[in-house]
Amino acid sequence: MCLGIPGEVLETHAGPGGLRYGTVRFGGASREVCLEYVPEAAIGDYVIVHVGLALSRISPEDAEETFRYLEEMQELAELEGERQAIERSEVP
Amino acid sequence: MRYLDEYRDGTASQRYAETLRAIVTRPWTLMEVCGGQTHSIVRYGVDEMLPPGVTLVHGPGCPVCVTPVGILDRAFRIARRPGVIFTSFGDMLRVPGTCDDLLHVRAEGGDVRVVYSPLDAVAIAEREPDRQVVFFAVGFETTAPANAMAVKLAATKGLRNFSLLVAQVRVPPALEAILAEPECRVQAFLAAGHVCTVMGTAEYQPLVERHRVPVVVTGFEPVDLLQGVAMAVRQLEEGRHEVEIQYARVVRPEGNAVARRALEEVFEVTDRSWRGLGPIPRSGLGLNARYAEFDAERRFPDDAPAAREDPECRAGLVLQGRLRPQECPAFGGRCTPEHPLGAPMVSSEGACAAYWLYRRRRAVAAPAAAPADAGAKAEAAAGAAAAAGAG
Repeated sequence: MCLGIPGEVLETHAGPGGLRYGTVRFGGASREVCLEYVPEAAIGDYVIVHVGLALSRISPEDAEETFRYLEEMQELAELEGERQAIERSEVP
Repeated sequence: MRYLDEYRDGTASQRYAETLRAIVTRPWTLMEVCGGQTHSIVRYGVDEMLPPGVTLVHGPGCPVCVTPVGILDRAFRIARRPGVIFTSFGDMLRVPGTCDDLLHVRAEGGDVRVVYSPLDAVAIAEREPDRQVVFFAVGFETTAPANAMAVKLAATKGLRNFSLLVAQVRVPPALEAILAEPECRVQAFLAAGHVCTVMGTAEYQPLVERHRVPVVVTGFEPVDLLQGVAMAVRQLEEGRHEVEIQYARVVRPEGNAVARRALEEVFEVTDRSWRGLGPIPRSGLGLNARYAEFDAERRFPDDAPAAREDPECRAGLVLQGRLRPQECPAFGGRCTPEHPLGAPMVSSEGACAAYWLYRRRRAVAAPAAAPADAGAKAEAAAGAAAAAGAG
C-alpha cells in the first residue's frame, strides 16, 4: 500500500485542474505523475512516486549515506573484534 | 533501476550482516510496521541473515489488513447500489468482510473498478456525470495526501458525484497501543519510510522518550532494512533511544510540509477501530466539516447490520507480532489466498500472504526431523543470499 517507486522527471506541464504534472520514467516505462507536492523537483531529478503523486525528491548526496554507514560499521566491528581478541588473550 | 538496484546488492547485504554479528552482544527484538518492509524481509530472507537472537517481528503495517469488517461491509453495500461506480486499489478486492468481498459484488453485477490512483477516480467522475463515483480511501499517512488531492480536485471542478469512503489510519497511535500491551516484547521499531516521508519524525519523539524505545525510519530494500536493523541494534547496545533516519535519501525530519498542509485542509484526526487490534483513540483521519459533502458515509446512509469476523482467523495476533503466520493452525489449510479467513492472507502486503508466497514449502516441511529442518534452513539461507544478489 505504501509502495513508492523512484523515477526520473523528464518534463513538467500543467495537468487536470491546473495542477503541476510531469512525465516520470521508471526503468523502461513512463507515466504521468502529479508533482504538486514536490515544488522543488526539476527536470532530471529523481522523485518517489506513490499512487500517481510524487512525495519526495531523492537526495543524491544522502543516497550515499547507506554505504558510508557500512564503512563506519565495519570499522566499529573491527575494533570490537580486536577488543574481544585482547580479552581472550588475557584469559589464562 | 537507479536508487533500487544498489540497495538490493548481495555483497553490501552480506557485509552489513557480518558487521551486525560483530557488534551484537545480546538478543534483541525489533518490530517493523510496514507491509512493504515485511514482504521485502521475507522475500529476500533479511531475517535469516541476522545474527542469532536478533528477531524481527511483523507489526500492523498493512492498512488493508486493519480496515474493520464494518467498513468493508459498508463498502459492499455501497458498491451494490445501482448508479454507483465503486473504485478501489486492487488489493482491497479479495479482502473478506462478514460474508462477501468486492470481487463477489462485481460478479453479482456491481460496478467495481480498480484504479491506480484516487486521481483516476476523479477523472471517472468527470467522464460519467450521471453516476456516483466512490473511492475506497484506505491507507496510512503515505496515501492520505493523494486522497486529499483527489477531494480538493473534485471540489475545484465542482463535481457533485465524487466521494470517499474513508478508512485512513495513523501509525503512531498504533505503536503506542502495541507498547501498552503487557506482553509486548518489542525493544525497537523500524518505522515506515514513506509514512515519515509525509509526516516527518516529530510525532515519534514523545513515544521514544516515554517508552525509551529506539525508532529508526527505514527504507524498503534489503540493504536499507539491514542498515535500519544495524542502527537500531547499535542504539540498543549503547543504551540510547532516539529517532534516527536510515532512509535519508527520501525522508526529511520535517516531512513534506506541502502535503501535510493539504492533509490539514481536508482531514481531521478521529478515533478509529483497527481490525485485529480494536478501537485506538485518535488513530484515524476523517473528512472535516469543510469537505463533509465528499463523505460517502453521509451520502449513502444506511443502518449497518452487525459485522462479524471469522472466529477461526488469528489475524489480530499476527498483526500484533504475537503469532507468526505459519504458526496459525489454519495457515495453508483452511486459509489460503483462494479461500482466505482474514485480510493478511490476501492483501499484497499482508504478513500471511508473504509467508504463503515465499515460505510455504518450508512451513509445510517444518514438522520434519531436526537434521532435515536444519538442511532446509541452510538451503533457504543460501537461496535468500542469492535472491538478495539477483533481486
